[in-house]
Amino acid sequence: MTDALRQRSRRRAGIGSFLTYLVLTIGGIVMVFPFLWQIVMSLSTNSQVMSVPPTFWPGQLQFGNFVEVFQKIPFFDQLWTSVLITVLRTAGQLVLCTLAGYGFARMQFRGKNIVFALVLSLLMVPPQIYLIPQYLIIQDLGLLNTALGVALPGFFSAFGIFLMRQAFIGLPTELEEAARLDGANVFQTFYRVMLPLIGPSISALIIITVLWSWNDLLWPLVVTTRAENMPLSVGLAALQGQFSTDYSVLMAASLLATLPVLILFLALQRRVVQGLAFSGMKG
Amino acid sequence: MTRLTTVPRPAGDLRQPAAGPRAGTPVRPPRRRSRRSSQRSLWGWAFIGPAVAGLFVFYLWPLVQTAYFSFTKWGVFGGSTWAGIANYQKLLSDPAVLTSLRNTIVYTAIVLLGVPIAVVTASLINRPGLRLAKLYRVLFFMPYVAMPVAVALVWRLMFNGDFGIVNAALAVVGVEGPHWTSTPGLALVALGVVGLWASIGFNMIIISSGLASIPQELYEAAQLDGAGGIRIFFSVTVPLLAPTLFFVVVITTITAFQVFDLLFALLGAMNPAMPQTQSLIYLFYSEAFVSNDKGYAAAIALLILVVIGAVTAIQFRLQRRWANID
Repeated sequence: MTDALRQRSRRRAGIGSFLTYLVLTIGGIVMVFPFLWQIVMSLSTNSQVMSVPPTFWPGQLQFGNFVEVFQKIPFFDQLWTSVLITVLRTAGQLVLCTLAGYGFARMQFRGKNIVFALVLSLLMVPPQIYLIPQYLIIQDLGLLNTALGVALPGFFSAFGIFLMRQAFIGLPTELEEAARLDGANVFQTFYRVMLPLIGPSISALIIITVLWSWNDLLWPLVVTTRAENMPLSVGLAALQGQFSTDYSVLMAASLLATLPVLILFLALQRRVVQGLAFSGMKG
Repeated sequence: MTRLTTVPRPAGDLRQPAAGPRAGTPVRPPRRRSRRSSQRSLWGWAFIGPAVAGLFVFYLWPLVQTAYFSFTKWGVFGGSTWAGIANYQKLLSDPAVLTSLRNTIVYTAIVLLGVPIAVVTASLINRPGLRLAKLYRVLFFMPYVAMPVAVALVWRLMFNGDFGIVNAALAVVGVEGPHWTSTPGLALVALGVVGLWASIGFNMIIISSGLASIPQELYEAAQLDGAGGIRIFFSVTVPLLAPTLFFVVVITTITAFQVFDLLFALLGAMNPAMPQTQSLIYLFYSEAFVSNDKGYAAAIALLILVVIGAVTAIQFRLQRRWANID
């Protein structure tokens, strides 16, 4: 009796886990299929791309599509712009948000609560609201068509401050007191003692900022108008406007534009997934 | 909410007792202490000052400016004049506003269909002893990491009416597929599918960590009581996951309401179906930077702020009622 029961439950578990693998595998294929298709199409001729029924494998690989990307858009300028924007924005946020987060979490001073309430209220506002005035500021500063102009407003982030404040607020007070007894001043306490302890939050902030900065379209689309000053996202959108039927070249360009972040993700996937789950919110 | 410690909760977080002397204390503190407190204030402001100044210049003041711009009319060669409520009158009578609001809501509704899918995949991936869990996680998460413009271009090719793979698959079962991205109505559905595909990975990760925080003993107790897998899912997993689910729904809604990149690349600015498919943000963009009517665009931006605020408030309300019934 019990044996029969156990056997039945084992068989049930067997079917259950088979279904689990089936569902996840089908789902996984649907999720990656566009990426595989992108790779195949970027290596096909345009007439293969437009063939009916579809050509699933080009036979001879057409690496010429990638060469054509380099001829049609200033790809390396745009790659450099994307890298520069991402690095500037991430570095700016790291410095400013850790400092401010520490100030809000661990220091007592006049006006703190009201200022922090203002920072929090910014979290609720959709970012497009700021777009027109930010554009006018960047224009007045003469920073249109520059990487700094694209990155500058992103140096400051209410979300980043909030994330860093939450990280610092969880640390025990004894550490600060011990540092003070050792003769460290406020900044040294922050930099040498407290900052190294919030590693996971910092890597979450870096990951989110890099992702957002690299992938963003609307803001850089507004700020950059010259092809050589555009980041890759805008360059790709512009290429699509000009050569909308040249699909194999478009696929090659879009593959090149996503590749850096995808490689970074695959290399650091554990960290990225944890970081995003940890922050629980996108920037 | 155990794991999601960083969800903004303004009211609760501010109620922290401030130590040290405060303004308006009736008893005058001795002089030495007051000097120390002002030194402390100096340190405090030195830490938050740079970031707060930037937030003021690039965010807080622009918020005020946008509100002001919404009452102005912009000339072709720059310069603006007071226009009263003209932009708001236009807002109420402009059919494009209603269309884009409707499109945004429909798109958001389609993307929200991904939340139950994310719950199912997350609970499957979290099953103990599952091999390849790491691989599945990576596969599901890839669309979220990839550049929206780039993946939208791939989908545009896949949705192509003449030679796209979607219609080729439909042809296998004998259906003649439509021109997805250039037919009004269908283009919105195609956009929703892409948005759903792109959002599942993130939601799955958040739900996964919510699931991992449910105590294992509860499952064991339910099993001892003789509950089956589906029963356990609905009477243990779902109720305990409710706070995480609520968070996921709110974030997905807010994000979906701001759809722009996917739309811009999936349809293309020149697409004849764009006016019937455009989202609120797209309308804002084209008024502000294509038609150069920045006053009107500012009014649209404020409408977006109000709509998102209202939707979020309704969700919080519903959640409270739901929680009370439980």
